[in-house]
Amino acid sequence: MDSPLLQIDDLDVAYGDFQALFGISLGVGEAETVSIIGANGAGKSTLLKAIVGLVPPVRGEIRFDGSSIASIPAHRRVAAGIALVPEGRRIFSSLSVEENIVIGGDIRRPGPWTKAGVLDAFPLLQKLLRRSGEGLSGGERQTLAIARALMANPRLLLLDEVSLGLAPIVVRQVYEAIPLIKAQGTTVLLVEQDVNQAIAVADRFYCLLEGRIALSGRPGEVTHDEITEAYFGMSTVRD
Amino acid sequence: MVWVNAVVQGILLGGLYALFATGLSLAFGVMRFVNLAHGDLAILAAFIAVSLSTSLDVNPLVTLVIVVPGGFVVGYALQRLVFDRVVGVDPAFQIVATFGLGVIIQNALLEKYTADTQGLNVGSLETATIRINDAIGIGWMPLVTLLCAIAVLTALAVFIKATKLGRAFRATSDDADAARLMGIDPRRVFAVAMALAISTVALAGVLLGVRGSFGPFSGPENLIFAFEAVVIGGLGSLWGTLAGGITLGVAQLIGNQIDPQWGQLTGHLVFLGVLAFRPTGMFGKVALR
Repeated sequence: MDSPLLQIDDLDVAYGDFQALFGISLGVGEAETVSIIGANGAGKSTLLKAIVGLVPPVRGEIRFDGSSIASIPAHRRVAAGIALVPEGRRIFSSLSVEENIVIGGDIRRPGPWTKAGVLDAFPLLQKLLRRSGEGLSGGERQTLAIARALMANPRLLLLDEVSLGLAPIVVRQVYEAIPLIKAQGTTVLLVEQDVNQAIAVADRFYCLLEGRIALSGRPGEVTHDEITEAYFGMSTVRD
Repeated sequence: MVWVNAVVQGILLGGLYALFATGLSLAFGVMRFVNLAHGDLAILAAFIAVSLSTSLDVNPLVTLVIVVPGGFVVGYALQRLVFDRVVGVDPAFQIVATFGLGVIIQNALLEKYTADTQGLNVGSLETATIRINDAIGIGWMPLVTLLCAIAVLTALAVFIKATKLGRAFRATSDDADAARLMGIDPRRVFAVAMALAISTVALAGVLLGVRGSFGPFSGPENLIFAFEAVVIGGLGSLWGTLAGGITLGVAQLIGNQIDPQWGQLTGHLVFLGVLAFRPTGMFGKVALR
């Protein structure tokens, strides 16, 4: 494997006195799909925020396509090829659904995702175009947030808690988008509390526990018990 | 008929208040920012118009071609150099920073122009009137002022609704961090918003100077009227600002008709009534529309 698309070395992140991440090192290769699992408060979302530049690291380095992105402000990272589907979706409520899609492509790299392209991939958005960004259902908001991020044609797509608050059938529908995204050669780094969902789509995974990487591997190489232990930070009770 | 006249004159006066308030409303709508030096910046613009019209020997209205773009530059620079540091932190910092700026402007004007009140003389336009009947006459300058307010608000509404930068304004107002994820630099949006805010209030300041006299300390009293217009209309709503300005103007002039000392009082009472019974204002919603 060449040098990975995303390489994180010994990353510490803190909010004031509260340190959220401790010495995180990980790599994501081009066209790979990597999941980050972990319990609530393990630091998963913080890691994604650090990658897009919304929180500054205290220590360590984030390299994208071989070079450090520390000096690139958040609003320029999308042009560099990093897009985030944020936790809570963060749809713009003053904008129509159509404007929410288009604004994702205001700063875009050349690529397959155009307005027509995302509407093709997510036909449910077609009939919502005129609607306001507020008052959509959870699944609609999540689909819109993914479409909005794809409009930038990112090389690296970060997905934060895609399944949170959605009914299982809607989660399945939303996850059906991931093969479509991978088919375009996009690298995906996704964060999930839902372990089964996250492991099912991933080539590799990391498990975070209280701000540290507790386990990493490939699905199938690691047992369910090992994951449970890393996830909760304790051995499973055995007879 | 005197009451009809009071209403007509109130609507015209409301145009000036709306123009004053537009920038406050815009800054609040885009970045939840309250600029206490807003009125002082208007008065500064009026004084600059005095100096320019004297030194260049032109009609004060001609100086608008310098004063309004100048307001744009000053607004952009102020946001970048000063206000950016107090956006999104404890509102107390905004109050101290902008109040301090107001004090600096007032005293600089006092130093340069003395405490004498000034006026801007635009010649025959100042007294030209369209006579409707014996009791009602519409002054040209107040009418031009109202039309300016409508034109400025229409232009801003179209800008916000239909342009890419306007869309960025709305997105930043909704969620500045999410806007950054779209490649929007909120600081640039804030700077353009403040530039537009100060250029509109510079226009308002010059028109105020044509309407009446002003001195170095006239800023705060005009700021109060602008605030009242914004709150009556609804925070962050541009059309509400026009409605609020007109409501305030009409209330003041009807009060004035009841008793000449009641003018400002009735305006304040309407403002307090809105705060008490409809605190979100006539078109209130805390989002930029």
